[in-house]
Amino acid sequence: MRVALFVTCLADAMFPQVGRATVELLERLGHEVVFPEAQTCCGQMHINTGYQREALRLVEHHVDSFAGFEAIVAPSGSCVGSIRHQHAGVARRAGRVALSHRAEELGARTYELSEFLVDVLGVTDVGARYPHRVTYHPTCHSLRMLRVGDRPLRLLRAVRGIDLVELPGAEECCGFGGTFALKNADTSAAMLGDKLRNVLSTGADVVSAGDSSCLMHMGGGLSRLSSDAGAVTRPVHLAEILAAT
Amino acid sequence: MTSVFLGMPVYAPRGVGALRGDMPFPEAARVALGNDQLRRNLGHATSTIRGKRAAVVAEVPDWEELRLAGEAVKAATMARLPDLLVRLEEQVTARGGTVHWARDATEANAIVLDLIRATGAAEVVKVKSMATQEIGLNEALAEGGVTAWETDLAELIVQLGDDKPSHILVPAIHRNRTEIRDIFRRTMPGADALSDEPRELAMAARAYLREKFLTARVAMSGANFAVAETGTLAVVESEGNGRMCLTLPQTLITVMGIEKVVPTWTDLEVFLQLLPRSSTGERMNPYTSLWTGVTPGDGPQDFHLVLVDNGRTAVLSDPAGRAALHCIRCSACLNVCPVYERTGGHAYGSVYPGPIGAVLSPQLTGVADNASLPYASSLCGACFDACPVRIDIPAMLVHLRNRHVEERADRPVPSPEAVAMAAMSWVMTKPGRFRRAEKLLRIGRLLGRRDDRITALPPPMSAWTATRDLPRPPAQTFRDWWRSRPAAPVDSLVEEDDR
Repeated sequence: MRVALFVTCLADAMFPQVGRATVELLERLGHEVVFPEAQTCCGQMHINTGYQREALRLVEHHVDSFAGFEAIVAPSGSCVGSIRHQHAGVARRAGRVALSHRAEELGARTYELSEFLVDVLGVTDVGARYPHRVTYHPTCHSLRMLRVGDRPLRLLRAVRGIDLVELPGAEECCGFGGTFALKNADTSAAMLGDKLRNVLSTGADVVSAGDSSCLMHMGGGLSRLSSDAGAVTRPVHLAEILAAT
Repeated sequence: MTSVFLGMPVYAPRGVGALRGDMPFPEAARVALGNDQLRRNLGHATSTIRGKRAAVVAEVPDWEELRLAGEAVKAATMARLPDLLVRLEEQVTARGGTVHWARDATEANAIVLDLIRATGAAEVVKVKSMATQEIGLNEALAEGGVTAWETDLAELIVQLGDDKPSHILVPAIHRNRTEIRDIFRRTMPGADALSDEPRELAMAARAYLREKFLTARVAMSGANFAVAETGTLAVVESEGNGRMCLTLPQTLITVMGIEKVVPTWTDLEVFLQLLPRSSTGERMNPYTSLWTGVTPGDGPQDFHLVLVDNGRTAVLSDPAGRAALHCIRCSACLNVCPVYERTGGHAYGSVYPGPIGAVLSPQLTGVADNASLPYASSLCGACFDACPVRIDIPAMLVHLRNRHVEERADRPVPSPEAVAMAAMSWVMTKPGRFRRAEKLLRIGRLLGRRDDRITALPPPMSAWTATRDLPRPPAQTFRDWWRSRPAAPVDSLVEEDDR
């Protein structure tokens, strides 16, 4: 089928390998990927920081950018969470009823990657091969906004050569939380410290997740630890593992 | 009612009660995070309660239906709160009680002090109550020459330690047993040789409190619920101290937030299932005391119910925030909150800490007086999942952040954050602008030249790089890679006339 990629602004600018992996994966599964180049940012950061007025323009832009596409996939649980569960409300509260309906419709055909693979395409074995020790962190918005459940783990379990190890305290937040990481930096760092202790306790080479933002946070902490104490675990997005052969 | 309210609802007044802290959350949190003992006490206690709760919730097959019922009953109650309160007043009065209406903490404290003075008592015993903590009743009574004794074990620890509660259900959660032993040794007569064995500590408190129970002529309580159809009050507890207070003294004064009313006994049944499993992780709490007005010859012969607003009508007036009034004070959200677990309750400044405090306190006081609290969350959503009445706390936090930003938007000089947000919004509504911004970002590559990581940045990003690195921006964005692909579909390209 024809799939529109919403790469997310963060992956576009900072983690292009995540977008490339998503494209390669979907094409390998025999689907046509298009990239609507008008896309920019879903506005999640604006909404969650309290700037709904500024976010409204981004919501409208996002809805316009993806009008006419049947299925939209994004390699991010939190951006899809915002599109599906916040966009219509931002428009509605601003009195933009028509936009609110369009946002609601768009939310219903926008999927997080693991949802799209398992629910829409009906695959759990995507033919990947990844011979590494991996632990998986279920990001909060995938888990509790989108309820992706064990879909990412089902996909990972089908990967050839993978040594998948359970992450203790997996469902606890890594402490990112968007601007929370800046506004409450000490608390965020304390949460991250506990998360990384659990990650390192698994002895995994790779910590994976479905959100580049949470991975940037965990990766930023791991990178700092590696310069201090030689930690070797590295962050890798779910899409990159599933694209690997 | 003695007066008719006209105009906008008012917030809880300043200068009385315990809804406002001394410093913003991030600063208070920094202090708490530096206390290793506190972190250990909290981590141990919250993980124990979390485990118990998860086990007893999992064994209820219709837990989700119960939550939906709890949510529905509360929403229906708030929709006709004035009628239900008047009904409650009628029923309590008909059964020999007296109902008092207090607009705020100051009025409530004055009513209670007058009632106690009328009895001539200089000491009162108290059942644990959030409402009386909220309005600063003990302090007001002390100023009026009345000593109030807390009889809940943890509240007693807090009171004797000259401390503040840090949890709704377990107010001394920040203390371990060695610290408690030291407090008892210091303050209880004859407790010099006390060990830190929990049984020995409990027995010491029991002996200490027994004397208070048997001599007190006046008791104070809060209420978990008030059933409007019969005027029945309910207190749910674990230690039996509540039962003592509610039955032994001659006079009973109950202070209750106006949101605690439920329409009928059938509604009460829902909450008596939801509350113990969510709060203490028990199937049923040991003591549920229910009383209706005055029963001649049995229990308190003089009963007063003080209904307190203290900002609740203001909460009710915000459709996107009013569900905070549905809270039954179980504290499940505190126990699952990764922020609360690390900072403890004192960091929130208010007597209502944790996720529910972060949405309730700013609404009771006005957002400006608790402006840092809506941001004291990573929006991880664990609170919403744990809430027995399904309060969507993350959505409410986002709403209150927006209220805060909108209130500040009237200022002549916008905050640097507001400028940055507006600039980003401007950039991101045009793909051409966004592409050029991405190109600018690539200047950041100069920063991490040596080992592909950025370890220091100027404010505000220094808050990030204090403990975390950032990767070096990539040489090629996804967008540029897509354009460089030989097979890039032509129909997805947009014109570059979007400057």
